[in-house]
Amino acid sequence: MAGIPHDHYEPKSGFEKWLYARLPIVGLLHSTLTIPTPKNLNWMWIWGIVLTFCLGLQIVTGIVLAMHYTPHVDLAFASVEHIMRDVNGGVMLRYLHANGASLFFFAVYMHIFRGLYYGSYKSPREVTWVIGMVIYFLMVATAFMGYVLPWGQMSFWGATVITGLFSAIPGVGGALQEWLLGGFAVGNATLNRFFSLHYLLPFVIAGLVGLHIWAFHTTGNNNPTGVEVRRGSKEEAEKDTLPFWPYFVIKDLFALAVILTVFFAIVGFMPNFLGEPDNYIQADAMKTPSHIVPEWYLLPFYAILRSFDNTVWAVQLVQFLTFGIVDARLFGVLAMGAAILVMGLAPWLDTSSVRSGRYRPMFKAWFAVLCLDFVVLAWVGSQLPTPFTSWVGLIASTYWFAYFLVILPLLGVLEKPTLAPATIEEDFKSHYADPISGPAE
Amino acid sequence: MSQTDDHAGSRRDFLYYATAGAGAVAAGAAVWPLVNQMNPTADVQALASVEVDVSAVTEGSQLTVLWRGKPVFIRYRNAAEIEGARAVALTDLVDTKAENDNLTAEAQATDENRTLDPEGKWLVMMGVCTHLGCVPLGDGAGDFGGWFCPCHGSHYDQAGRIRKGPAPRNLAVPVASFVNETTIKLG
Repeated sequence: MAGIPHDHYEPKSGFEKWLYARLPIVGLLHSTLTIPTPKNLNWMWIWGIVLTFCLGLQIVTGIVLAMHYTPHVDLAFASVEHIMRDVNGGVMLRYLHANGASLFFFAVYMHIFRGLYYGSYKSPREVTWVIGMVIYFLMVATAFMGYVLPWGQMSFWGATVITGLFSAIPGVGGALQEWLLGGFAVGNATLNRFFSLHYLLPFVIAGLVGLHIWAFHTTGNNNPTGVEVRRGSKEEAEKDTLPFWPYFVIKDLFALAVILTVFFAIVGFMPNFLGEPDNYIQADAMKTPSHIVPEWYLLPFYAILRSFDNTVWAVQLVQFLTFGIVDARLFGVLAMGAAILVMGLAPWLDTSSVRSGRYRPMFKAWFAVLCLDFVVLAWVGSQLPTPFTSWVGLIASTYWFAYFLVILPLLGVLEKPTLAPATIEEDFKSHYADPISGPAE
Repeated sequence: MSQTDDHAGSRRDFLYYATAGAGAVAAGAAVWPLVNQMNPTADVQALASVEVDVSAVTEGSQLTVLWRGKPVFIRYRNAAEIEGARAVALTDLVDTKAENDNLTAEAQATDENRTLDPEGKWLVMMGVCTHLGCVPLGDGAGDFGGWFCPCHGSHYDQAGRIRKGPAPRNLAVPVASFVNETTIKLG
């Protein structure tokens, strides 16, 4: 694997040789765990382990919660309370699962923005990036369906609003929405199928995670310099890399322990901090909560959905040009989908030949604005719609698209990058060569 | 699989396309029931008509009932509301269609085309925002004295017509009629 020269697995004992001839699974695990990894990886390269842990945590806690949950409109809300009050350790299991979703999304956003800054999406890692985007999209779908299961007010109305998005599609929208819901409104059929799919999708995600790892083990990891590992010989490669086991495993597990300390503090002492109180009221089809908000991790994209109303000239223009087929509602839906799509297209939109943002002075500024933009969008998504928040939301949404569609393509032409080190070894030595004065950065 | 250079089509080519075609049809036939099972079931489809007793609704107030899993607003409008709704020019509207299932699709969104009775006292419409399906707040909410959807800020006027915000259409008027003086039949 990896195209980086390294030692391969040799079966030694009689049993290993016997198994190797029949199923070389130990060799597969060996080369996965000992993959040569750039030795200059910084602390932003720990999120993969955190994400793997989160997927495992959600699957394990989810399976045991499903042993006590009842997917029926009359019983779902009560069965969640039953988990909280009667099931042994049920409070902990449910809070781990609910807050686990928040940790999962926090980690995935750190992971995605890491990739955006260090150019991890660029050739030859486009396939890794696109698989990652598909995983993110499935995570959103899984989280959304999971949030419906407790059958609280936010569950019900969140489901109503999001499935309502599909009715905006011209012609088939109404029929498509009824097909998704299994009725004319969110009801028992909807709850049942969401439970089924919420159980299924994490296993699909697990499969895609396997492909994601396979893809970047084929190309090798990116690193903070964006400079490729030298592959001329094994000796040369070993100057740039260290095996994943034990060096990076220990580092990643240390980072995971620190993060889990914070995570368990939240689960133990403030488990409802990130949730909505309205979801402790049972779903009522007759009454919309005064303020419907999604969970925090979906707020930026929710803000983009809301930003394009029929007072925006671009929306009016598109509506006029398409003879009214693309109205304000469909425009908002398309914008929300496109906001994720443009991220997925980053490998082909970024024209710069320099991979890492560390050596791109102009890019650094625009990227910092993008990070700020993401936070601003989340804030806008959490607010009641007012003229001021609509205005901020429109500007922030426009910047999101401008970054990917205008700034990334232009920067490659306009920018004069600074000089990247020739090798990873050089970068590593400039940081860690002198053990007395310690790291320079 | 075919190694022939005969472009006119050999027996082997025919078998290849026939097998692939049969396979595609079989796959489609296998997938369709799996897709179709997600459509509304027979008990959901059964179109229950609902008769609503409106004798207790006083002038200037509204009743909300559940029909086909969705809320329906039944409002007994007072003179000021009727006057306000009828004073609106069609050119001020976002959606100039009546959106009334009791009329043709071309009917214009005049107040007369929205209400159940000619005097305009009774306004019956789906309590479902045409943006993304929330239940708008009533009793004079919003900038136009009608309804306001809290989800994404759509304002509807006193005849339930969209005036401002992301919603594209007026609140839909369902098939409805008076059975007698105090009973409205929905559906």
